[in-house]
Amino acid sequence: MSYEISHLRYLEAEAVHVMREVAAELERPVLLFSGGKDSLVLLRLAEKAFRPGRFPFPIMHIDTGHNFPEALEFRDRRIAELGERLIVARVQESIDRGRVAEEKGPRASRNRLQTTTLLDAFAEHRFDAAFGGARRDEDRARAKERFFSFRDDFGQWDPKAQRPELWNLYNGRIRPGEQVRVFPLSNWTELDVWQYVAEEGIELPELYFSHQREVFERDGMLYAVSPHLELEEGEAPFEAMVRYRTVGDMSCTGAVRSEADTLEQVIAEIAATRITERGETRADDRTSEAAMEDRKREGYF
Amino acid sequence: MPGAASDGALRAHAERPVELLRFATAGSVDDGKSTLIGRLLYDTKQVYADQIEAIERVSEQRGDGYVDLGLLTDGLRAEREQGITIDVAYRYFATPRRRFIIADTPGHIQYTRNMVTGASTAALSLILVDARKGVLEQSRRHAFIATLLQIPHLVVCVNKMDLVDYDEEAFHRIVDEFREFAMKLDVHDLSFIPISALHGDNVVERSERMPWYEGVPLLYHLENVHIASDRNLIDCRLPVQWVVRPRSDEHHDYRGYAGQVAGGVFKTGDDVLVLPSERETRIERIDTFDGPLSEAFPPMAVTLHLEDHLDVSRGDMICRPNNRPLASRELDAMVCWMSDRPLSVGGRYAIKHTTRQARAHIDELEYRVDVNTLHRDEQATELGLNDIGRVRLRTSVPLLLDEYRRNRTTGSFILVDEATNETVGAGMVGAIGE
Ligand SMILES: Nc1nc2c(ncn2[C@@H]2O[C@H](COP(=O)(O)OP(=O)(O)O)[C@@H](O)[C@H]2O)c(=O)[nH]1
Repeated sequence: MSYEISHLRYLEAEAVHVMREVAAELERPVLLFSGGKDSLVLLRLAEKAFRPGRFPFPIMHIDTGHNFPEALEFRDRRIAELGERLIVARVQESIDRGRVAEEKGPRASRNRLQTTTLLDAFAEHRFDAAFGGARRDEDRARAKERFFSFRDDFGQWDPKAQRPELWNLYNGRIRPGEQVRVFPLSNWTELDVWQYVAEEGIELPELYFSHQREVFERDGMLYAVSPHLELEEGEAPFEAMVRYRTVGDMSCTGAVRSEADTLEQVIAEIAATRITERGETRADDRTSEAAMEDRKREGYF
Repeated sequence: MPGAASDGALRAHAERPVELLRFATAGSVDDGKSTLIGRLLYDTKQVYADQIEAIERVSEQRGDGYVDLGLLTDGLRAEREQGITIDVAYRYFATPRRRFIIADTPGHIQYTRNMVTGASTAALSLILVDARKGVLEQSRRHAFIATLLQIPHLVVCVNKMDLVDYDEEAFHRIVDEFREFAMKLDVHDLSFIPISALHGDNVVERSERMPWYEGVPLLYHLENVHIASDRNLIDCRLPVQWVVRPRSDEHHDYRGYAGQVAGGVFKTGDDVLVLPSERETRIERIDTFDGPLSEAFPPMAVTLHLEDHLDVSRGDMICRPNNRPLASRELDAMVCWMSDRPLSVGGRYAIKHTTRQARAHIDELEYRVDVNTLHRDEQATELGLNDIGRVRLRTSVPLLLDEYRRNRTTGSFILVDEATNETVGAGMVGAIGE
């Protein structure tokens, strides 16, 4: 016996440790569920950390009202199977209550509005910690993100006030009103997530596999035709075989052309792909990455 | 069914474990650290087309005449000039043999705490030396920090060999000088590789321009350095993190103690000792979500069931009756200070050691180390930001301690300022038992 474990089991043990630390040290944690593969992995890790007990926190979904219907069905089924508690916070309610105003025009998105819904839900339930599925490999700006990421009472992130993290010792002390976002998957790459899904036999929504869909092209990306996205002039819907690499809002998540309809084929495509996950399929990040480039150019070049 | 993992190839892949190596890099601005990391990512094909296009564009605009791979890692230079906090950045790459996590840390003295942070989880430290400049003060500092943090493997890359005509003499002068200094340190495994990060010599491929070098290229070394024996598989330690007590009808009597194994190999049926209660019992079962295991070792996260019904809670430690940590309210430790507000004798802090929390009082500052010369200043009265020194502490409850050099998990702790909740110090437990 060589007493070795694979890198996936190392990452799993690290994430389980982080989740148990949060459960032990914070008063009212919550697990943020987006419906995507990363949050399905988080649910599996929570099972690893706490079964046969129940999760010591509820699961919360911020529903923009622009979700893929398949993803919502899948969410409800999965959480019912787990027998855990689901809280749904709706952006529509924030709009109805006048907390936020809907954006207008063909490029309107509810992406930014979610923050208010999230913070309101935090306040209502008095959550002090929230698990999220973000990974450091997602983009350069995230490379320095901590496992425990602190927010002041306005939910704001101050990069300078982040705490050093040494060994496996996490400092979860906060003042009343402050919150921690916790990212157990910090050290995972996209490929790790896919390989873990395969090894664990984690079921994913069908959106992740090749299927026929009515789409249109915008800025070089394919978007699903839906009531949530107005077509601009010159944009014509057509049928294509596509799959999704991430599952977010219908209004800003792009599909990739693909014939891959098994996990093996999807992983083979991911392993061979030459474009970052976010660069390829997330309109929201495209704008912010461009902005980052601009800042760099001004400051340095 | 698309979602289910049915496929043989993937399973086969999973059965041959891909090992993980975490390493830390340190280098001062312009030593070529960004270029080297960029080259490792690029040559192992971890760089996506959209990223390459972006840096090609920038290099072309500047008229570099070559693609500046340093841009891939969002280099230190850029950060510094934009006034962004300089910090530890984590980067990921993989080869078929190993998966790597790089803790990329700035090398200047004012970032000692960032180096310490990056080093705390690393199994290997990569130190860059500029072939033209030789072993500078900062190279010594990096080596000192790596050994203080007990990083088992040290690799010195002598970079920019192209600028000294790939000269063997230049390389050996640096090797000799570094070795002489390293004798004063607790180094177990030290290697030297002459490279040119810019041109790729001895990074992934062996360089034809340095036929006199008989060693392996850097990537080969990273893929093959023997890390399996770095873990402590002798002293059984499980800090109890979480008590699993479902109280459901189905699991009425279930009571398990969950945690990440910090040392040794626990086996079903083993006699164990629970601290601090000093109660002895046996392991009835080692449980995981995937079913029971016959043994558990670091860094596995498991749940232990004990034969006797004891009162065990978070912060307790499960070990073996004949091999236990020291339960003590007093300890000596090397502390790296991370706050603007200095540590001084008489100071009080919260301390976190394994899963145990307590309060700590600073009884004595024995000395402060000059991280460049290793000189010990016994007259020092405080530790300022980035200072490292030997401290004597007293805690409100006993901690269950091992020496850091024996166990990096049960020998480390952090100090937290109770007023601001900031993590202000990182500690490594010194010699135990006199
Ligand atoms: N000639 C030569 N130049 C190098 C080498 N490695 C890095 N450089 C150059 O040294 C400068 C600093 O490199 P960079 O990677 O940004 O250093 P960092 O500040 O340590 O990240 C850049 O102009 C690089 O192109 C090398 O092996 N040979």
